[in-house]
Amino acid sequence: MSVFILRRLMQSALVMVAMAAIVFFGMHLVGDPVDMFVSPDMDQADIEQVVRALGLDRPILEQFWAFVTSALQGDLGQSFVFGQPALGLILERMPATLELAFIALLMAIVFGIPLGLYAGLKPDSPVSRTIMAGSILGFSLPTFWVGIMLIMVFAVMLGWLPSTGRGETVDVLGVPVSFLTLDGLRHLILPAFNLALLKISLVIRLTRAGTREVMLQDYIKFARAKGLGRGRIVGVHVMKNILIPVVTVLGLEFGSLIAFSVVTETIFAWPGMGKLLIESIQQLDRPVIVAYLMMIVFLFVVINLVVDVLYSILDPRVRLGDRGA
Amino acid sequence: MSQTPPVLQVEDLRTHFFTRAGVARAVDGVSFSLGRGEVMGLVGESGSGKTVTGFSLLGLVDPPGRIVGGSIRLGGEELIGRSERDWQALRGTRIAMIFQDPMMTLNPVLRIDTQMIEAIRAHAPVSEADARERARAALARVGIPSPDERLAAYPHQFSGGMRQRVAIAIALLNEPDVIVADEPTTALDVTIQAQILYEVRKLCAETGMAMIWITHDLAVVGGLADKVAVMYAGRIVEEGPVDAVLDGPLHPYTHGLVGSVPSQNRRGQKLTQIPGMAPSLLSLPPGCSFAPRCARADGACTAMPDLVAAGGDRAMRCHHPHQPPGETAVRATGEVAGETGRARA
Repeated sequence: MSVFILRRLMQSALVMVAMAAIVFFGMHLVGDPVDMFVSPDMDQADIEQVVRALGLDRPILEQFWAFVTSALQGDLGQSFVFGQPALGLILERMPATLELAFIALLMAIVFGIPLGLYAGLKPDSPVSRTIMAGSILGFSLPTFWVGIMLIMVFAVMLGWLPSTGRGETVDVLGVPVSFLTLDGLRHLILPAFNLALLKISLVIRLTRAGTREVMLQDYIKFARAKGLGRGRIVGVHVMKNILIPVVTVLGLEFGSLIAFSVVTETIFAWPGMGKLLIESIQQLDRPVIVAYLMMIVFLFVVINLVVDVLYSILDPRVRLGDRGA
Repeated sequence: MSQTPPVLQVEDLRTHFFTRAGVARAVDGVSFSLGRGEVMGLVGESGSGKTVTGFSLLGLVDPPGRIVGGSIRLGGEELIGRSERDWQALRGTRIAMIFQDPMMTLNPVLRIDTQMIEAIRAHAPVSEADARERARAALARVGIPSPDERLAAYPHQFSGGMRQRVAIAIALLNEPDVIVADEPTTALDVTIQAQILYEVRKLCAETGMAMIWITHDLAVVGGLADKVAVMYAGRIVEEGPVDAVLDGPLHPYTHGLVGSVPSQNRRGQKLTQIPGMAPSLLSLPPGCSFAPRCARADGACTAMPDLVAAGGDRAMRCHHPHQPPGETAVRATGEVAGETGRARA
């Protein structure tokens, strides 16, 4: 186990380095941030001063070296726009995004698993067909359109739920959270559902496929031959088997929930990292974009590791230390 | 043994599968009875309905299949027509089943103790500790070394033979009257098979439970069973005491089966084979289902023969049976067939 984790950590470091290089050089190909900070009435000397202040006058390799050395000390550069450390800006907005992603993940589990289980156990019933048809819609409708429709129906037409912002927040351990206040919860529902819809559909389909496959296994028939009740068979024998793929996929999808909350945050004006990213891209605030992408890569790496460990707990046949590769 | 009242009495059992292509009569009028401690071999080719017969006895036939008629009496109680709840209470306590592939019958993600204790606690309000003790004893009884440690293991940590022992131990947990064993040694190698057969034989003698051993291996039946029933296309075509049937088969199908088993005193001769294939249950010929493959078939075989008594507790379903062999012939083949059976068991 410890050998496995050590090896994984080294692989992860390699991924981080590669990503840093790709992102850093990639960013230099898209637009020149200097254009954003100079006004037409500035003369050449002033412009050069801006360029020097941003450190853009030096050769790109030197810039990269400076970035890497300070990144190793936890400094991912200063935002051009805010004049603050980019990492701090991102970390400041991370709790909002994490909260949204966690609630969306919870929704995916709470709605997805029971619906998928039902559809798997009674594949021919009209209810199951409706669930499956709904999951196809959930898969294929674009997030931004669903978000706009949710606002139209629930905020504008029915007026039940607010459509923008986080609402009232409370500090838990110094971090503001919405889900502990009624107002915050009301603000969470629409964006979280919007973000979760795709994952709910995914979990429904995974659970249904897993259930149908597991129900045909000899060990289910053997469990029935032992005289076990249906509740025990579905709740223990089936559940424990289908949770293996569901946990794996959900774990990996959690990373994408965070990374792709960009669209949802923009639509619902949710003050998270995604919204910051969109603003930074519009203003070509390179350090923030780079820091954001590094952050996301880091999250993916950590989540993957956690999923692998969880997987080994769920499936006794997988023992992490045994794996050679 | 057949004088004592039967533990299990099956009469005219019919289990049909209602598929889109038509009705498959997988079990079509099967009757037999089983006394205490008796072992019956249920023999036939793949698709002859032996496994479906086994599932029917536990009420485990899944749609599109359904038991459409007949009677199953366990200790005098009629089972057909019972509710699912009643069946659930019977399964694992009065009648248990062992499956063919030991790699598939244990849930891979649950520990052995979980899978054993739940089988006890599903039927009786037993404390966790008592149930564990019973599980431990059951493992010890089927010859699993250091059962305490093995209880905490997962199925993948066992070999195939050990897993089948665990499955047998689970079937034995609540001391059922009848165990249906569906080809439980087919997936195992010959030495493990011999060990398991020996243990099972011993357990039946010790506990007095009756057993239906479903197999296509005549040698296993010869070494294990008291009596044998041969199935073909959903019907029993011949039944009787195991030695009598294997030594002097009456039905041409049984005759063909016995003839296709290698034997020492026919060394160098070609094995006989039964021409053709087992028929599709969806398009059975009218009359005797075996007629298209039978050398003795003639016009009379377009009518379904009845299962008729043939003396000495035997019965068969044929218009043109083989003659019971003469006394000398019985001895000659009898010893050899018995010998092969026992040697392989």
